[in-house]
Amino acid sequence: METKKAIISVKDLVKKYDDFVAVQGLSFEVFEHEIFGLLGPNGAGKTTTLEIIETLRAKTSGEIIVDGLSVDKQAQDIKQIIGVQLQAAGYYPNLNLVELIELFAGLYGANIKPMEMLEKVNLQDKAKAKYKALSGGQKQRFSIATTLINQPKIIFLDEPTTGLDPQARRNLWDLIVEIRNAGTTVVITTHYMDEAEQLCDRVAFVERGQIIALDTPDNLIDKLVSSGFERKKEVKKANLEDVFINLTGQEWRE
Amino acid sequence: MQKDIQDQHSNPSLATGGYSHTKATLALAKASFRSIMRSPSAVVFTLAFPLIFILVFGFLGGGGTRIDVGVTPGSDVNNPVIGTLEKTGMIRLVKDKSKAEFDKLLEKGNVDAMIDVHRKVNTSAYSVNVVYTSASRDKGGILKSVLNNIFYDKTLKPTVAEIKESTITGREYKTIDFILPGQLGFSLLSTGVFGTAFVFLSLRQTLVIKRFFATPVRRSSIVIGEGIARIGFALIGALFIILIGHFFFGFTLVHGTLTVVNMLILATLGVIVFMGFGFIISGLAKNESMVPPISNIVTLPQFLLSGTFFSIEAFPSWLQPISRALPLTYLNDAMRKVAFEGSGLWDVKFQIMILLLWGIGIYAVAVKVFKWE
Repeated sequence: METKKAIISVKDLVKKYDDFVAVQGLSFEVFEHEIFGLLGPNGAGKTTTLEIIETLRAKTSGEIIVDGLSVDKQAQDIKQIIGVQLQAAGYYPNLNLVELIELFAGLYGANIKPMEMLEKVNLQDKAKAKYKALSGGQKQRFSIATTLINQPKIIFLDEPTTGLDPQARRNLWDLIVEIRNAGTTVVITTHYMDEAEQLCDRVAFVERGQIIALDTPDNLIDKLVSSGFERKKEVKKANLEDVFINLTGQEWRE
Repeated sequence: MQKDIQDQHSNPSLATGGYSHTKATLALAKASFRSIMRSPSAVVFTLAFPLIFILVFGFLGGGGTRIDVGVTPGSDVNNPVIGTLEKTGMIRLVKDKSKAEFDKLLEKGNVDAMIDVHRKVNTSAYSVNVVYTSASRDKGGILKSVLNNIFYDKTLKPTVAEIKESTITGREYKTIDFILPGQLGFSLLSTGVFGTAFVFLSLRQTLVIKRFFATPVRRSSIVIGEGIARIGFALIGALFIILIGHFFFGFTLVHGTLTVVNMLILATLGVIVFMGFGFIISGLAKNESMVPPISNIVTLPQFLLSGTFFSIEAFPSWLQPISRALPLTYLNDAMRKVAFEGSGLWDVKFQIMILLLWGIGIYAVAVKVFKWE
């Protein structure tokens, strides 16, 4: 990351619900073309933060600039340049994947070929299938395809790998890296630290609505090690997931 | 900030000025229409149910209403009144039975009325004595109106018997002419209420709408797109019902295509009003299982009390004001007037006005209770 230009900047973000403060004074920047991870336990405020940046939720206070656009005044413009994958979102019932892509193309005013979008996420064989009939990994890949329809500058992925088997997870990582390499900035939330370590250029740890650490995974690990931390058990050269992948193969199962 | 550097991603078609809300609305309408056409419940409620009722009543009625009228023993039978009644084709005269037999049949409703005609002394006019039975109130009502047509002038001007004949032999009022507009109204009501309520609740619950909000689409586009699809579907259903009724069961369309167009315009108005109920229900219901009970509270009373199956004239007088308060009553009424009496839309302006008032009221509530998230 030689040129670090912030494409998203969040300053002193606060979100209060009636008697509950979900986000209390978050500040961070996401650089262009990086994969930025928001990590933290459930209820830490990750999804709330994402949804405020995505213009889906109003903030209580603070300032957010997305690619030079303010969420307060230019929400419509921001929607044009971002792609959003929501946690657990469904799709219009009774439509097949091509028809859903056509719908989103209409909603974004984008001129795209549905089959090309499906090819990007390797779902061309499922073109006539309904979303409900897809496997978990396929659903996530399809969701990601819908985020790419407007050729966004930034995509937001909220726990895209939750519930996937190891193959599907690795497959999704490859897809996310591909998207980043094509020039799109990726903001992702996850509960899997191995995933964050492999995938993210920088991560922010969110706890009780505040950022408690923000750096590259390497630096964060080095910092911990230099503070004298040691794993209780000698680290082996492989872990159980490596064994699983080794035994069951790399290829996609869907 | 660094907008100029990001030309590798610049996409002119996505510039704010190039975004078309019309395209977004139409994309939604298309998606929604496809979805409705594939939804079994929509097809069943809109087409299958009404068609089944039409089939049943169509065959039951044998293509038309039959009113059995007993001719009182001793009555004059060779007179223009009886002759005209026979010519209508809907009245079957029962003769050659004793007074006692007739009384029993009348009590059970096996004959719908008794008629007794006598020439008045020293004039060419006839005196007609009709006895109705409470066992067959609705058919009695039809007979009454048929007779009224004949009497009206006959008692005043004894020589006009022939003129009156021509007025009542003009059009045959068949069961289908009553049943079909009612079924059509019911179909529009269910499509509007159930369809809209289910779709918006499920789109809200499965976060489909939230995902839409992450695109530049306007809320109004979502509502209008959905509305276009539902109205389109309802009109196709209505056309289908009207055509089947017309070609297979002889449903009367006085002015042909014009009548159909007028009916479809009324159908559009009806479905828009009924969709308002759907919006309200989708806002009130906490989950999908709450939709049918709440929807039934709206649809069932109208189904039963709005003259879908029986003329509301047949209801007890305390019930009639309730019937006359329901929007479907006015839609059914207007439909029947347009289809059978050949009225234009201006002739049913009163009914249309009541529907519009309902529409304003319903949407005023819908705006308050509708939930996007």
